[in-house]
Amino acid sequence: MSRNLYDLIGLAAGICFILALKGLSSPKSARRGNLIGALGATIATVIVFFYANGGKALNNQILILAAIAFGVLVGVPAARKVQMTQMPQLVALFNGVGGGAAALVAIVEYLKLGDGATTAEVIATVFTVIVGCVSFSGSIITFLKLQELMTTRPVIFPFGRQLIALTLIGVLASGGWVISSGGSTPLLVNGILSLLFGVLFVLPVGGADVPIVISLLNAFTGLTVAASGYVLQTTLLIVAGTLVGASGTILTRLMAEAMGRSLFGTLFGAFTAKAQASTGAVDARPVKSGSPDDVAILLNYAQRVVIVPGFGLAVAQAQHTVRELADLLASKGIEVAYGIHPVAGRMPGHMNVLLAEANVPYEQLVEMEEINPTFPQTDVVLVVGANDVVNPAAKTTPGCPIYGMPILDVALAGNVIFLKRSMRPGFAGIENELLYEAKTTLLFGDAKDSLTKVVSALKAL
Amino acid sequence: MVIEVMSNEIALLAIFLLSIFVGFEVVSKVSTTLHTPLMSGANAIHGVILVGAIVVADHAKTNLELGLALAAVILATINMVGGFVVTDRMLQMFKGKPKVKKDSGDSK
Repeated sequence: MSRNLYDLIGLAAGICFILALKGLSSPKSARRGNLIGALGATIATVIVFFYANGGKALNNQILILAAIAFGVLVGVPAARKVQMTQMPQLVALFNGVGGGAAALVAIVEYLKLGDGATTAEVIATVFTVIVGCVSFSGSIITFLKLQELMTTRPVIFPFGRQLIALTLIGVLASGGWVISSGGSTPLLVNGILSLLFGVLFVLPVGGADVPIVISLLNAFTGLTVAASGYVLQTTLLIVAGTLVGASGTILTRLMAEAMGRSLFGTLFGAFTAKAQASTGAVDARPVKSGSPDDVAILLNYAQRVVIVPGFGLAVAQAQHTVRELADLLASKGIEVAYGIHPVAGRMPGHMNVLLAEANVPYEQLVEMEEINPTFPQTDVVLVVGANDVVNPAAKTTPGCPIYGMPILDVALAGNVIFLKRSMRPGFAGIENELLYEAKTTLLFGDAKDSLTKVVSALKAL
Repeated sequence: MVIEVMSNEIALLAIFLLSIFVGFEVVSKVSTTLHTPLMSGANAIHGVILVGAIVVADHAKTNLELGLALAAVILATINMVGGFVVTDRMLQMFKGKPKVKKDSGDSK
């Protein structure tokens, strides 16, 4: 295959990626957009077999095909079987391995070029290794946080700021070392320091900010792909990587805005984070907890009920039960709506995906800006496994991790019912004052069990 | 008349800069509902580093290079294939043709 033909087909694949991103930006064309992207990636992968070795079979072709087969065997079942609730961490993991792959590609090409590499190629290699390694180790930490294999709270350690700053200096200095003297030892040091920096960079990020970090690391990985495209003189990699880098940066900003977070504050949380003032005194205060019957009575005499679903609902797989309850209330002539916070769940849009999976009618899902003005006319708000998205601290407590995040104003409603497993604070790790208010009733237990009991109590009324 | 062709480096720089603008443009208006699938889709697209991994696996001279390159092939394949499959699964949930209020206005 000639270079021109290869580049032309590569161009077609690049256009597929542009159309894919364009399609993914609109609900109607999103699925088709994704398939176009997959088509582009497939084309790009197939044609390289006919080009890379001047048209002959590739060296190590069997091994390469076996490695691809192995990757498919790992990736596809993981993507197929993952619970929808665990999807954000899988995306984080996929992003991390992508960054790792880009770093490895740059390292191998660097080893092969040896002293023959131009300065520009070495700089691109160093960039790929640094950012790829940061993306890899950072994504692993976000995975551990989302999977709750480690604490979701910001991890702050003594001299953390100094340590992070030192590591960053080390990363940049060893990068300079690679550029000035070449050789594989400096690159190894550079890679290891970059991995360490990725870990230190993500550790101080609080749980609520993790999705923003995933999105940012995703953009980073895109840029590393572009840089390795430069080293390998492959236009397609430059196009695809830059597209992801640029769109990922915009997306990160949009996400931060949707969550009311400052991007700067999230990124440099490592340098500015202070230990949170502990609110130990509030733990002993009394709360009003109710029985399923109390809840059923409250609901039965309401005229308008708003259900606020949160991650707890998804974890308990209570989507179907909540729908049963909503149908039952509707049959009694009660107006029912779901109030969906943009970041309900773990990521923007996550809750819509989860409820759509349970066939909740889409018309009943009302976005935050539209539902907020209706709370004063709402008799009962039923908060199912949500916490941070209704926490008034976001408005009243400057300095708390979610301060500034737009919330659902459920406190304006007549009554608030929380279905919670325990008094444990939400993902962001902040106490919710609303739980102690007189209009609030708490029903403890697994969301699904609680809802089932409320449904039978309602039927008995 | 002889037209001088752009040097390779400048051509790559032009491609890079134009791609930045295209990337900014295509996602500048997107509803929050689609943030997660869009991020996941973009994530799958950078799995195309697989192409680079295959190229370096072909060029590899030493066992070390080959081993690292094959590891890159595996990781890149997981990124790419897994990424597109999981994005498709998310988007299947929208297939009832939902009414999304903050549509970006670009409906095809």
